[in-house]
Amino acid sequence: MSADNLEQKYKPVHTNKTGGSPFTGITGWIDNRLPVIRMFKHEYLDFQVPKSLSYFWSFGGILTICLILLIITGLSLGMHYKPDTKYAFDSVEKIMRDVNFGWLIRYAHMNLASFFFIAVYLHIFRGLYYGSYKEPRQLMWLIGIVIFFLMMATAFLGYTLPWGQMSFWGATVITNLFSAIPFFGESVVTWLWGDYSVGDAALNRFYVLHWLIAFLIVGAVVFHVIALHIVGSNNPSGIEPKDTRDTVSFSPFTTSKDLVGMLVFLLIFVTVMMYAPNYLGHPDNYIPANPLVTPPHIVPEWYFLPFYAILRSIPDKLMGVIAMVSSIAVLGLLPWLDFSKVRSSVFRPIWKQCVFLFVLNFFVLMYIGAAPAEGIYLVIGRIATAFWFAFFFILAPLVSIVEKPLPMPESIHEFENWKKQGKIKTINIFSK
Amino acid sequence: MNENKNKDKSTRRDFLTTVTATVGAVGVGAAVLPVISQMNPDSSVKALASIEVDISKVKEGQEITVLWRGKPVFIKRRTKEDILKAKETKMADLKDPQEDKARVIKEEWLVVIGVCTHLGCVPAGGQGDYSGWFCPCHGSHYDTSGRIRKGPAPTNLEVPKYEFVGSDKIKIG
Repeated sequence: MSADNLEQKYKPVHTNKTGGSPFTGITGWIDNRLPVIRMFKHEYLDFQVPKSLSYFWSFGGILTICLILLIITGLSLGMHYKPDTKYAFDSVEKIMRDVNFGWLIRYAHMNLASFFFIAVYLHIFRGLYYGSYKEPRQLMWLIGIVIFFLMMATAFLGYTLPWGQMSFWGATVITNLFSAIPFFGESVVTWLWGDYSVGDAALNRFYVLHWLIAFLIVGAVVFHVIALHIVGSNNPSGIEPKDTRDTVSFSPFTTSKDLVGMLVFLLIFVTVMMYAPNYLGHPDNYIPANPLVTPPHIVPEWYFLPFYAILRSIPDKLMGVIAMVSSIAVLGLLPWLDFSKVRSSVFRPIWKQCVFLFVLNFFVLMYIGAAPAEGIYLVIGRIATAFWFAFFFILAPLVSIVEKPLPMPESIHEFENWKKQGKIKTINIFSK
Repeated sequence: MNENKNKDKSTRRDFLTTVTATVGAVGVGAAVLPVISQMNPDSSVKALASIEVDISKVKEGQEITVLWRGKPVFIKRRTKEDILKAKETKMADLKDPQEDKARVIKEEWLVVIGVCTHLGCVPAGGQGDYSGWFCPCHGSHYDTSGRIRKGPAPTNLEVPKYEFVGSDKIKIG
């Protein structure tokens, strides 16, 4: 065998991949060795998004801002808070009274949690209405549901930390959900508590887990965004962009539009935080935790109410817990339960009505979750729970089959023309 | 012959892989165990396992609540009417059938853990449709023997391990 042949036998390797940066100078030098600058340019400056995006598409950015602000305010609160049943309540009061700007930072953290949920519910509604969960965005949708579960977990854990009456009894009720697990339930709950009831051991670990899950959310959000940048944004028409007539560059078009959305959202947030900081909370949480007295009317935070209503409508403990968890998990099946080829509700006259009914039902459940579990409330709660599941398991597949979609434009720029000519209706409040 | 040799070789490798994987799994398991176990109740928590309660001042029809292992325990001195009601209840009417006599040591005294078996709230005494306890959280009704009668709770109020120490003291735990 000649030396030439020998060389051909081996594949060349390139372990040194430096180079290829579109930048020069120091930027280029860094980018050639750590290609994050070109990645940023590629994903956030030149990135093409459909030009028909409405303000409904601002909530991703709004949620990112909320998450960053929650982490900053949370870090600040963590410097003063003490996760000990003896000191927790007083340390929160100390933050409110003595710590410089402590009142502001705590009220911001408290209300941001609520506004995070407001934004996420609008974000999920956007997905439902415009079919953002459909091929090829199923995995992105699933990651979103994971984020939602993590949000609920960390919101619950955070709510226990001030160690007021609602903190304590909320923690007791929610951790007791695990006692519904057959056979191992009691051991699991004792293990979670580190005691035979919610107490010091539980508070301390809840504090640690509150932090941990906050950062897990950051990780899941990174995956959510990576997936978004592979599949691209959906848009009100539900049609994929075909050429540059259909798209705009992410910057400055989307960034400036998102900025407007963020500012309006933050303005509303600041108004609530400054003028009604406790409006979304429960006054009983300003009473220190007392393991001997359950408040006469336990209610979770407003954003848990619909799911709490589902838990209470089922008269069996284990089935109630299963129903509550699956009421959220079922969202993950939607990409397969709704198999209509058309994404956007703009062209789906029946599905559109179903989504609005679903939203109405969400508010009914929210109202029922705050009402006492008796009489007429129980009946309405059960009907609303049944509708929640029927929406996914009956309406979604049924509508996919029977619905005849409206005539659709060929492309996004044609969609925009149709809109100008008044041929199609979109949701007005959030369109540009 | 040649084939057999190869088979032997691969068996020996398989064996080594299996052994290595098993030892590895046991090692990981042994390392994880302390991390999981540290979350269970520690020695100081377990040490507070029993308390003694003076019941001499509790009058007929009265109920006291004491804290045991962080949980409220109801000690109720039942009236004759209460006892009669509890005894006359038919087993068929119960969700978690249990005779009243199986739930008490002395008929007059009912000792139960005051934690609703649904999701852990403290039921309020003397309330509800069966004049035992009523849980405000999700509407469970208990009777004068602390048995579940109506609502989402699956089982009766738990009876802790206790004994009478002399005539006017109860040791719980």
